[in-house]
Amino acid sequence: MRQLGRLVPALLVIALLLIVWQLYSTLGDVGSDLLPAPSRVASAGWGDRTSLWDNLLPTVREVVLGFALSLSFAFSLSILLDRSQAVRRALTPVLIGSQTLPIIVLAPLVVIWFGFGLTPKILLVALVTFFPLLVGLLEGYASTTRAAMTLMETMGAGWWKTWRLVRLPSALPSFFTGLRISVTYAVVAAIFAEYAGAELGLGIYMQSAKNSFRTDLVLAAVLLCALLTLALYALTFAVQRLVMPWYAQSRERPS
Amino acid sequence: MTRIELEGVSKSFASREGRLEVLDGISLSVQPGEFVSILGPSGCGKSTLFSLLTGIEPADGGTLLADGEPIGAGEQRFAWMPQDDVLFPWRTVLGNVALGAEVGAGLSRSEARARALELLPTFGLEEFADSRPFQLSGGMRQRAALARTVAQGRGVLLLDEPFGALDALTRTDLQLWLEQIWERERWTVVLITHDVREAVLLSDRVYVLGPRPATVRLELEIPLPRPRTLETLADPQVAALEHELLTALDVGAAPA
Repeated sequence: MRQLGRLVPALLVIALLLIVWQLYSTLGDVGSDLLPAPSRVASAGWGDRTSLWDNLLPTVREVVLGFALSLSFAFSLSILLDRSQAVRRALTPVLIGSQTLPIIVLAPLVVIWFGFGLTPKILLVALVTFFPLLVGLLEGYASTTRAAMTLMETMGAGWWKTWRLVRLPSALPSFFTGLRISVTYAVVAAIFAEYAGAELGLGIYMQSAKNSFRTDLVLAAVLLCALLTLALYALTFAVQRLVMPWYAQSRERPS
Repeated sequence: MTRIELEGVSKSFASREGRLEVLDGISLSVQPGEFVSILGPSGCGKSTLFSLLTGIEPADGGTLLADGEPIGAGEQRFAWMPQDDVLFPWRTVLGNVALGAEVGAGLSRSEARARALELLPTFGLEEFADSRPFQLSGGMRQRAALARTVAQGRGVLLLDEPFGALDALTRTDLQLWLEQIWERERWTVVLITHDVREAVLLSDRVYVLGPRPATVRLELEIPLPRPRTLETLADPQVAALEHELLTALDVGAAPA
């Protein structure tokens, strides 16, 4: 119940936004086709629910697979960069450069290179999401104290053992910060990739709805994306609780 | 149990202003089962001495012997206890102590847990095996850190200002506690401290180091009878010994 109680303010804000939107589009001087009221978005979305569902699933699959790739890439790379200063210096500019690629230009190119299938979507999701994960991990490794490193060294632990037993667990809190930033990008990246060419997916659904001037369906799909991102965001907390149960406890106590 | 002998050990580091001489011909020895303190002002190179003993840094000159064999860099023969406990929050108290046995002594995970479980009662922590470090008081954390050090099963314990971060009352409590269990266990201990009373209360012998570059200024036997308790602090000998150590450290000679 206390958990639910914490949601009340957020729900109130959302309700308020919906009410303002509803009033503006019904009473305001704007065509109901230009800005359909939330009630109309909801009923149109409900009417088209099978199609929305069929288009939601491929998007979810792209996000999940893209994330899996992104996670394995970020973890392996973080180990490499943590292990060797030279590799770190050599790769950092390229990695930062990868984040300046405008996805709006890149998405069509990736589709040209890899076709309309799953691959370009997974690659784009991974490209957009790996960086916050990597930065979170690297900053986390760096938060390992000097004394902890010395302790492991005096105990005779090698690099790998020290990484596994100390550096990785030290990095988890900031890894999860990175993860939360990443998940908010993931859905948008998948939509972008679909926009550039796909057979199914919320991105292509929005595009075809837009082309037939069904703003209500576009908005219904947008709301679905927001819900998906919210769900993923909430999932990161659940995973965090599972992976590092000690963290929440330690923060409840002043010490 | 290990005997340590240092002969003319020196160490310097490169710095912006050229070589920084830290240790200048330190000679000292520690017998098996002996409690020896190294007393010196802050920044005099006590911790550098420990990094030589733990094999993390090589010495520039002189010899370091453990049981007659040279201590080479990268060789870990001693168990080091850091000043801040460095207990890991993702491990329970038992898990932290077991880490010493697992990594420091190379035991399997289950053997390490078994050894840690055996050790906990000695350190008064058996009821806190499953607690997390942040649930413990400062004194209990230091005891857990000491248990992890002992769990490594090395010949010598190197204690690096282990009670330096505690409040004065807890510190005295822990010093008396350490004296008590040392009486029973008779580990070979090298204690780094700048607390004169701590050195007197716990040690068989005290070496006083001067400011950088550090040399041994004084080697002092502490002839107080054991077991030492709170009553020992009322012994007039204690005041005389503290006075002698403080004089060797130039305390009060000139305003700091």
